[in-house]
Amino acid sequence: MNAPVSLNIPGQKPVSGLGRLIYTLRHLSIGRWTVISLPSLWLAVFFFVPFLVVFKISLAEPTISIPPYSSLLEWDPEESFATLKLNLGNYIYLFEDTFYLEAYLSSIRIAAVSTFFTLLVAFPMAYLIARSKSTTRILLLSLVILPFWTSFLLRVYAWMGFLKKNGLINEFLLSFGIIDQPLTMLQTDFAVYIGIVYTYLPFMVLPLYTALEKMDITLLEAAEDLGGRPMQNFFLITLPLAIPGIIAGCLLVFIPAVGEYVIPALLGGSDTLMIGKVLWDEFFLNRDWPMASAVATVMLIVLVLPIMLIRNTNSGKEAF
Amino acid sequence: MQQRKSLFLNTSATLGFIFLYAPIIALIVYSFNKSKLVTVWGGWSLKWYSALFNNEQIMTAAWLSLKVAFISASVAVVLGTLAGFVLSRMGRFPGKLVLSGWITAPLVMPEVITGLSLLLLFVAMEGAFGWPSGRGIGTIIIAHSTFCLAYVAVIVQSRLSAMDESLEEAAMDLGAKPFSLFFLVTLPLISPAIISGWLLSFTLSLDDLVIASFVSGPGNSTLPMVIFSKVRLGVTPEVNALATIMIGIVALGVVGAIWQMRRQNRMMNRLD
Repeated sequence: MNAPVSLNIPGQKPVSGLGRLIYTLRHLSIGRWTVISLPSLWLAVFFFVPFLVVFKISLAEPTISIPPYSSLLEWDPEESFATLKLNLGNYIYLFEDTFYLEAYLSSIRIAAVSTFFTLLVAFPMAYLIARSKSTTRILLLSLVILPFWTSFLLRVYAWMGFLKKNGLINEFLLSFGIIDQPLTMLQTDFAVYIGIVYTYLPFMVLPLYTALEKMDITLLEAAEDLGGRPMQNFFLITLPLAIPGIIAGCLLVFIPAVGEYVIPALLGGSDTLMIGKVLWDEFFLNRDWPMASAVATVMLIVLVLPIMLIRNTNSGKEAF
Repeated sequence: MQQRKSLFLNTSATLGFIFLYAPIIALIVYSFNKSKLVTVWGGWSLKWYSALFNNEQIMTAAWLSLKVAFISASVAVVLGTLAGFVLSRMGRFPGKLVLSGWITAPLVMPEVITGLSLLLLFVAMEGAFGWPSGRGIGTIIIAHSTFCLAYVAVIVQSRLSAMDESLEEAAMDLGAKPFSLFFLVTLPLISPAIISGWLLSFTLSLDDLVIASFVSGPGNSTLPMVIFSKVRLGVTPEVNALATIMIGIVALGVVGAIWQMRRQNRMMNRLD
């Protein structure tokens, strides 16, 4: 907040009695509450309530009807009595069948490995952009953002053409005699890693760039004068200063990657197990809405919630 | 030592850019391929472009997607601007923390969860109030507006908090009412953020497959849904042509934006 030009600075309570009264009245104006409640109500109805519905349905039983799940409240018209029927079966099944546990763990593994490689690819790019002249910087930044504006699905599809048995990479390697048998790359976990690194790269480069751009370059000069070797300078100065960007970038890549559906569906094999795909299949193929809801609830509580809490307390917001 | 470091840096960064662009360039080149096989080069041809424009299914889906994206982006801009404004200019009020959590959460929520939860909400609402009856363009628009709202709010909020409040305070001192203050002072100042928020929402909506698959009804397939089913079924050279057109449009937009930015910079320099 800058120099208090006016007496009514929004967000700061005046101390005197009269001032406080005016403040309260002004801040309780209908206009103000309309402005606050409009987005709040929208988000409450279409973002928060849906999770309650998901949780509710995860406690129901699948039935063959529309909608395909049982009602939790059973109304007995003769006794005028309602009974609450909670079915914990979906959750018990979720923990009994190792398939789901494996899917959660394998999603975390795939997302973590991909996030690490995204960081490795993104760091030099972000560093180069942050250290280049302002005109080149705009150009390079646009080059990073440009693919992000083109269809994500079509970019994953482009990799299918690269990775398949008679795809461009295999043709290239075969024609140069580097391999004599085409490699199986499509429909493996390897292809999923490539797909995630590729599609989420801008999400890593941008926060890294923001952090590196703010870095004071004279620190590096000082370290060099004091005889620091490049590697030392990198690990002792550049890397620690880039940590807010690294955290923000890793979260922006890791969380959506855990729930990823399209990439494992198109690039992964039948043995690629990811929880987003499991949820999708549970919903669209098995049509078991309560089970899909249970998978989503556990995913939310175990994976998403802790990370969101960290992100809110951390400087992760700087990424935007 | 310095030399070697920058060589390593340049090489690895260049490899990163090649990694980013090689598949896109291959896609563009093969969209002009005469052969039906994506990997066999049969000479230059525009036949996949004419096949694309004669494919009624793709054209209908593209039109639906454009409509959905246009309306969703507009709704998201109105609600997102309000939300961003509330977070940065409204001071403290009960529930602010909860609201700011709600606003940023959709940014990181896995799409399968957002899609599933919205669909279950729509089904429950239909059961309770009879609205929305069935699912279609309306439910897709609500879903897309909700997740795009978050992006707009974050962009607007960061623009507002980076902006000096003194202009608004000066206007208030001169007797501007909150309403005219917002429309005559604040809104013009944050218009770049609103425009980029709209454009981002538009592309996000146009691109979304997972959420749309959950909340759309039968006969309401968006473009990504059609592409996805085509891609899963096998070789579809028309999709290359479609991708090339979309990349071309985006590239033109980005080049235009850079040109505009440089022009603005030059004007600023002249003013100084």
